[in-house]
Amino acid sequence: MRLVGVDKILDGKKVLDNIDLDIPRKRITAIIGLSGAGKSVLLKHMIGLLQPDRGQVLLDGVDLFHLSRKGLYETRRRFGMLFQSGALFDSLDVFENVAFPLREKTMLGEPQIRERVHVILRKVGLEEAGEKFPDELSGGMVRRVALARAMVMEPEIILFDEPTTGLDPIIRNSILNLICRMFQDHKFTMVMISHDIPDIFHWCHHVVVVHGGKVIEAGPPEDVRNSVNPFVRQLVQGDIHGPVQLM
Amino acid sequence: MLFRVAEGVGGKVLGATRSLGRMGIFLAAAVWNAVVPPYRGRDILKQIHFFGVKSLFVIVLTAAFTGMVLSLQGYYTLRKFGSEGLLGAAVALSLIRELGPVLTALMVTGRAGSALAAEIGIMRIGEQIDSLETMGVDPVRFLVAPRMVAALVSIPLLTAIFDVVGIYGGYLVGVKLLGLDAGHYFGHMKTSVESADVVNGVWKSLAFSLLIAWVCTFKGFFTERGAEGVSRATTSAVVISSVLVLIGDYILTSVLL
Repeated sequence: MRLVGVDKILDGKKVLDNIDLDIPRKRITAIIGLSGAGKSVLLKHMIGLLQPDRGQVLLDGVDLFHLSRKGLYETRRRFGMLFQSGALFDSLDVFENVAFPLREKTMLGEPQIRERVHVILRKVGLEEAGEKFPDELSGGMVRRVALARAMVMEPEIILFDEPTTGLDPIIRNSILNLICRMFQDHKFTMVMISHDIPDIFHWCHHVVVVHGGKVIEAGPPEDVRNSVNPFVRQLVQGDIHGPVQLM
Repeated sequence: MLFRVAEGVGGKVLGATRSLGRMGIFLAAAVWNAVVPPYRGRDILKQIHFFGVKSLFVIVLTAAFTGMVLSLQGYYTLRKFGSEGLLGAAVALSLIRELGPVLTALMVTGRAGSALAAEIGIMRIGEQIDSLETMGVDPVRFLVAPRMVAALVSIPLLTAIFDVVGIYGGYLVGVKLLGLDAGHYFGHMKTSVESADVVNGVWKSLAFSLLIAWVCTFKGFFTERGAEGVSRATTSAVVISSVLVLIGDYILTSVLL
C-alpha cells in the first residue's frame, strides 16, 4: 500500500499535509505520534473511509478513490479493521458479531460459519462468551471480539486504531501478544496506531512518526529510536521538555 | 459591514443548499437500495415489527379517544343545525381524510421515528456505521432501506387501523352514550364516504411514511459529536418530521381535493 501526496482538511484545519507513505507487505507497521496528529484520519484514508482532498491511496497500484462504489466494497474485503471502541454491534451477541461479515459477504452455510466462528473465538480465548452481548463485556474482551471479527474473513491487511488504549498493562500485553501470534500464524500486513512507546519498538517491523499532519520519520524501529529529529526523540523518550510544550 | 452581512447570508444559503442536496442524494440512495435486489427480507420484517406491531397500542389508544372526542364535539355542533344524524359521516370523513393519516404519522414519529434516529445516531458515534463500511457492507442498504420499506408498509396499515378504531370510538360515544341511532350513524357514513376519500388517505399515509423514514434515518445517519449530537439529531428528527407532515398534509389536501 502506498499513499502519495495526501492532503486532508477537516473543519478548516489541515489534518494531513502532503503525506507520502509506503506500507510494507506482510509486516507490522506502527504509526505513532501525539493525540490529534492525524493518525486516525490517516488510517481511515487507507481503507477508503475518508477521501483525500488531494493525492492518492494506492493498493497494488490501484487508487482506491478511482474505484466504483462496488469496486471499493470489493477491495475492502481484503481489509480488516479494529476500531478503538471495538465498534461491535450492540444488538448482536459476540457470536453473531463475529459471524456478521461471513453472513454478509460469503456464501458459507450455517455449519461452516459456526465452525469458523468457534475457531476464531477459541484463538482469542472467548469461546465461552459467544452468547454475551457487547455491554456485558470488559474493555479487553471487547477488543478481542473486535480482533476476532476483523480476522474472521482472513484479510490480507488489518488496520488497528489504538487496540490497547485504556487497558490495564496485563490485558494490554495479552492483546499485543495475541496480535503478534496472529501475525506469526497468518502473516497479515498490519498497520497499527499505538501509544505503547517504547514497547512497540520490540515487536513491529516498521515505524511511522506523524506530527502536525506530516510524516516526519519512517523506517525500522532502531532507526526511529535513534533519530536525531528532536520531536521524535522527545516522543520516544516521553520527555516533557523539548519542541512540544504542552503546558 | 455590508460585505460581512452578504458573506453571512451567502454562507447560510450555501449551507442550506448543501444540506438539501445531501438529503436528496441520501433519499435517492435509500430508494435505490430498497428497490434493487437482493432484498433484506428478515430485516424488513424486523423493522415492520418495530414500526407496526410496537406502535399498535399507542395508535389504538389515540384513535379511540380521537374518535370519541370527535363524536362528542360533532354531536353537539350538528345538533345546533338539527343534523346529528350525520355524525357518523362527519366522524368517518374527518378520520379517513385528515386525522387518521396525520395523527398516525405524528404518533409514529414520536414513538418510532425518534428511536430510529437515536439508534442510527448511536451506531454512527460508536463507529458501527464505519465498521459496516470497512466490511464492505453498504450501510444505506443495511440500515436505511429496510426501515424505509418497513415504514411504507406499516404506517398505511396503522392508519387503516386508526380509522377503524376511531370510527368505533365515535360509535361508542354517539350511539351508546348519546343515544344516536346506530343505523343513522353507519348509514350516512356508507353514503358519504367515497372510495376516493380512502384512496386519498392512503396516498397521504404513504407520503408521510416516506417523509418520516427519510428525515429520521438521515438525521441519525449524519449524527455528529457524541451523546449531545444524538440528542440533537433525535429532537430535530421529530420536530422536522412533524412539521413536514403538517405542511405536507396541507399541500396534499390542496392537490388531492
